[in-house]
Amino acid sequence: MSRNSFYLLFVFIGLILLQALVLNNILLFDRINPYIYIAFIFIYPFKKNRFSILSIAFLLGLCIDMFSDSGGVHAFATTFIAYSRPYFFRTIFQKTELDYEFFSLKQESFGKVFNFIVILTFLHHFLLFSLLNFSFHNFFYVISNTILSGIFTLFIYFLGSFILSRK
Amino acid sequence: MQQLIYFIQRYRYVLYFLLLQLLSLLLIINNHSYHKSKFISSANSISGGVFEKRKSITDYLNLKTENKLLIQENLLLKNKITFLQSKIDTAKTYTQIDSIEYQQQYKYIDGIITKNEYHKAYNYLTINRGKKNGITSEMAVINHLGVIGVTDAVSNSYARVRSILNRSNELSVRLKNKDINGNYYYGSLSWDTKDYQIVQLNDIPRQATISIGDTIVTSGRSAIFPEGILVGSVKSTELRQKSNTIEVQLFNDMTSLRNIYVINNFHKQEIKELEQLTNE
Repeated sequence: MSRNSFYLLFVFIGLILLQALVLNNILLFDRINPYIYIAFIFIYPFKKNRFSILSIAFLLGLCIDMFSDSGGVHAFATTFIAYSRPYFFRTIFQKTELDYEFFSLKQESFGKVFNFIVILTFLHHFLLFSLLNFSFHNFFYVISNTILSGIFTLFIYFLGSFILSRK
Repeated sequence: MQQLIYFIQRYRYVLYFLLLQLLSLLLIINNHSYHKSKFISSANSISGGVFEKRKSITDYLNLKTENKLLIQENLLLKNKITFLQSKIDTAKTYTQIDSIEYQQQYKYIDGIITKNEYHKAYNYLTINRGKKNGITSEMAVINHLGVIGVTDAVSNSYARVRSILNRSNELSVRLKNKDINGNYYYGSLSWDTKDYQIVQLNDIPRQATISIGDTIVTSGRSAIFPEGILVGSVKSTELRQKSNTIEVQLFNDMTSLRNIYVINNFHKQEIKELEQLTNE
């Protein structure tokens, strides 16, 4: 295992614990939580072989589900954004599979990174809250939760990346 | 066959993705149905252990709020206890019928002194029993050591007691023991406001033989006190020759009173009516 793999494992476990022990208890206005664990999907390196990212996303979601007693809701949403990640990568960053090796979010312009992350976050949150709701009633509740929690997640993500990237 | 392999090779990511999604959907549906065991839940050993650890930390952090809650609960329980105690207290009143010797019927009501004083010339106590406990004015107040006073003003749940350490109080008493001839000697008790431990016994007949240490009890001649309640013991007979006064040391320490009994005489009205009749 390379140094990078250890780093990713550390981030994986750290994000799960952060989500399960701290962020799941925020419940701003009794319902708004940030779901920052999906940051792992953003920072996971792009590879041609997509089995690893799909498996890891599923496992990540499953771990979060385990801590929040939600069946497979997080696993579903996380696997979905992990699967759709390359399509958004292609359209937003205008790059092909050949660029995977040298790609880094830090080197891209903030606007593109922002679009990429915002779209994936809201996609994830929408699926998450729809499945948590598990019915077509209270659809307004799903939408409002998606938007508010999405803003919260994005705020925390960009704050965290801003703090951690300054050495 | 080859086409199938090609197909799988071509769409392997989609198929894997769909497999995973199907798995999560199954888990979701499983989670929504009740009678099935759930593998992915916070009850398993990993997440359960993590939550246990978190609990041990957050428990410590929440000690302050926990303490506050406990204090509130204590307060609630204490209030409940005092409430229940008051219920038991009022239920503890009992009727004593002593018809053979004294021909009187009494009811005892227990209570607690909420205000005590002994430093004035006209001392009054307050007790936590009132009209709703059956207290009226002119009832005897005693404790296990002896007389304390007579109820005076009564409100709904409190009563004022005129202490025996009150200049306007007069109490009919007698010597506890008969003399050689078999006679009781009666007198009246009052207070000269000088010492809260000593009261004065007046109007005792001159022929009575009194020695220091003799016990004084209530006489039963008034409609308030039953006969035979302890008052005090004779302290000195020095003034007897001049003013026919004997000093009596009270059994009660009037500075530290707490639990008391109020005595209701059911025949009081009858006695009073009789006395009114003779006056006319």
